[in-house]
Amino acid sequence: MASADSENRPDAQEAIPQAVKIIVAGGFGAGKTTLVGAVSEITPLSTEEVMTEAGYGVDDLSGVESKSTTTVALDFGRITIDQDVVLYLFGTPGQDRFWFMWDELAEGALGAVVLADTRRLDTCFHAVDFFERREVPFVVAVNRFDGATSYETEEVREALDVPAHVPVLMSDARQRASAKEVLVRLVTHVIEGRRPALSG
Amino acid sequence: MSAAHERRGARGRGPFHGRDRTRHWGRGHPTSEGPTSGARPGDAPAGPLVRPYTITKGRTRPPTEGGRLDMITIVMAVGDHDGRPQDPERQEILDLCRRPISVAEVSARLDIPLTVVRVLLGDLIAQGDVRTRADTPMTKLPEKKVLQAVLDGIRRL
Repeated sequence: MASADSENRPDAQEAIPQAVKIIVAGGFGAGKTTLVGAVSEITPLSTEEVMTEAGYGVDDLSGVESKSTTTVALDFGRITIDQDVVLYLFGTPGQDRFWFMWDELAEGALGAVVLADTRRLDTCFHAVDFFERREVPFVVAVNRFDGATSYETEEVREALDVPAHVPVLMSDARQRASAKEVLVRLVTHVIEGRRPALSG
Repeated sequence: MSAAHERRGARGRGPFHGRDRTRHWGRGHPTSEGPTSGARPGDAPAGPLVRPYTITKGRTRPPTEGGRLDMITIVMAVGDHDGRPQDPERQEILDLCRRPISVAEVSARLDIPLTVVRVLLGDLIAQGDVRTRADTPMTKLPEKKVLQAVLDGIRRL
């Protein structure tokens, strides 16, 4: 492996945990950061990516003054699983012009939660399409909002056109127990999806 | 494109409303944990005090090929860096990295954009002041035993 020397130091050094991530997607106001905050051990943090209009990975920024820059904010939280594993929960950026961030977020992700807001169900179509195309396992969590019409999960499944094996469940992103249940369903779904491949 | 995508699309692709965060990177980034280091009460979120890539001398990519730094790559300072003169940003990163910390967290806590943090961390890794975990590149999906640990950990919450 042609990696840095820093990776080949003696074991005397303190072990560095492995990080895994779950993506929390959904339309604006669907409760992404609320869900992250409900289970995170830290108050959700916000990190920013500054992009030039020319796109991601531009090497030479000389003459950058003629290009516009855009800032994408990502909110995330953390759950320390044990000494060896840390779980990060990342909310997706809202605006659809930030799809390049979705690609990076999806890379290596354990799975995703699509938060469906029944008042504006169409705002999560993009997310469902994206995770299906990228083959990122996901669950749909239908967030309950005061004043929203009560839907059955099967109605939401039909409206979103997600296949039967994808879990669809009601949730309240503000409640820790509910957010926890959503994550348990997701990870269980991921493990079940892996099983055939692993036995072969 | 599958039929499912078309059907979903036919219902109308709703606008993806998002927060309008056109503000430039600057001091006093209002994370929910309050101002980050460097910000004082009363500091106005004026425009950029330092253009993001000034501290990287214009570079937008880390120096090393291969060991790409993902947002969730965990980094940690190598114990013996004390005494080596660093510029303020690198010193701040090293201070944060005394315990294992993710690239995204370094970025958020220092209010430095991810791309810039990657370059600075790349420098620190190249000069042996910071190390990353040896195995499991972030592009690889988590192993079964890791998934089980995550499941157990969430259940314990």
